Amino acid sequence: MERSTLDVWVGLFVCAGIGALLVLALKVGNMSGFSAADTYRVKAQFDNIGGLKVRAPVKSAGVVVGRVSDIQFNNSQFRAEVTMSVDKHYQFPKDTSASILTSGLLGEQYVGLDAGGDEAMLKDGDSITLTQSAVVLEKMISQFLYNKAAEGNTSK
Amino acid sequence: MSEHGVIASIRNVGHWTTNAVLRLGIATRFFTLTLLHSGTSFRRPRLIVRELYFSGVLSLIIILVSGLFVGMVLGFQGFHTLQTYGSESALGVLVALSLVRELGPVVAGLLFASRAGSAMTAEIGLMKATEQLSAMEMMAVDPIARVVAPRFWAGVISMPLLAAMFSAMGVFGGYLVGVVLIGVDEGSFWSQMQSAVDFREDILNGVIKSFVFGIAITWIALFEGYDAPPTAEGVSGATTRTVVTSSLVILGLDFILTSFMFRGQ
Repeated sequence: MERSTLDVWVGLFVCAGIGALLVLALKVGNMSGFSAADTYRVKAQFDNIGGLKVRAPVKSAGVVVGRVSDIQFNNSQFRAEVTMSVDKHYQFPKDTSASILTSGLLGEQYVGLDAGGDEAMLKDGDSITLTQSAVVLEKMISQFLYNKAAEGNTSK
Repeated sequence: MSEHGVIASIRNVGHWTTNAVLRLGIATRFFTLTLLHSGTSFRRPRLIVRELYFSGVLSLIIILVSGLFVGMVLGFQGFHTLQTYGSESALGVLVALSLVRELGPVVAGLLFASRAGSAMTAEIGLMKATEQLSAMEMMAVDPIARVVAPRFWAGVISMPLLAAMFSAMGVFGGYLVGVVLIGVDEGSFWSQMQSAVDFREDILNGVIKSFVFGIAITWIALFEGYDAPPTAEGVSGATTRTVVTSSLVILGLDFILTSFMFRGQ
């Protein structure tokens, strides 16, 4: 008799523990999220990806449509090759352009897709040719200083 | 006079070192014996269930309440800091990541060591002091198979479950303070959390950590109890040593595991 109540408590304990793990996996983590959906892969080459990371979001018009699945360095063209998994529900024209943007001033970096006007749609394995690199702050500042110096020389 | 003092202190260091090495050796042999004799406790799961009740179910209250409060404090502190950078919406990420990666396993482990580990040491130490263990050996019952192994497996099973409950409760506490009390946007709280917390990288690594801590804590607690001098003083000293040693071991192991798991990020 005493033992059966003990068994019930232990059963409840184990259920609660597994339940907590499930809550962590489904509610806190992203098991339920995007990764389960059907995706197609699109490649894009960038001169500079800045701080882009694998699993960063791919957004179009602010809506998350996919994730960065792989980042490689292309050694023949010396450019970064970013592979994106885009949700099958979202189709983009062939002349879509990709740019690396930052959310907020100090936020994470993501790939922004701007749809073009082509009739044909991107398929699995296609590449996006129109790309815009990440803005690197140091380059911008040095360019600004260089321009300032040039201005100073001409006005003299 | 002072020369004698110096020599005596050097001798003490030597004695302490050889003693520590000796105890580590005995503890390792004890651990191997426990694993070898685990078969009996798997054939009689009743024994494990009984110990699960004592080390797991009875630790629930302290784990759940501390988890809730740690989460609520994280909610307040995180909001206070993130507000300075105008990124309160990342509160969910901060609460969830710090709980799942670090605080869940570590704080649950510390609580488990002081709640269940000390009880195990005291129980086995008293069994030894009152010669119950010797009596078992007289009846050809192996005390390691009958007493130690079920407690070991109960501790190893219950530790990851308790850490998961601690983290879940902490996230709920952070939600209570952040969303309900302060008024952070609920949608961004959950969605940013979900996009930042990875199942394999964060949650599974947390579970692995708590599993390793479970092994370490129960091993230390059982060994200290089994090795305790059979006196009232000896048992009390062993109980203290259990809490101190396992707390230090948890923190040290946590550093090692973290440096392996989250090195490149």
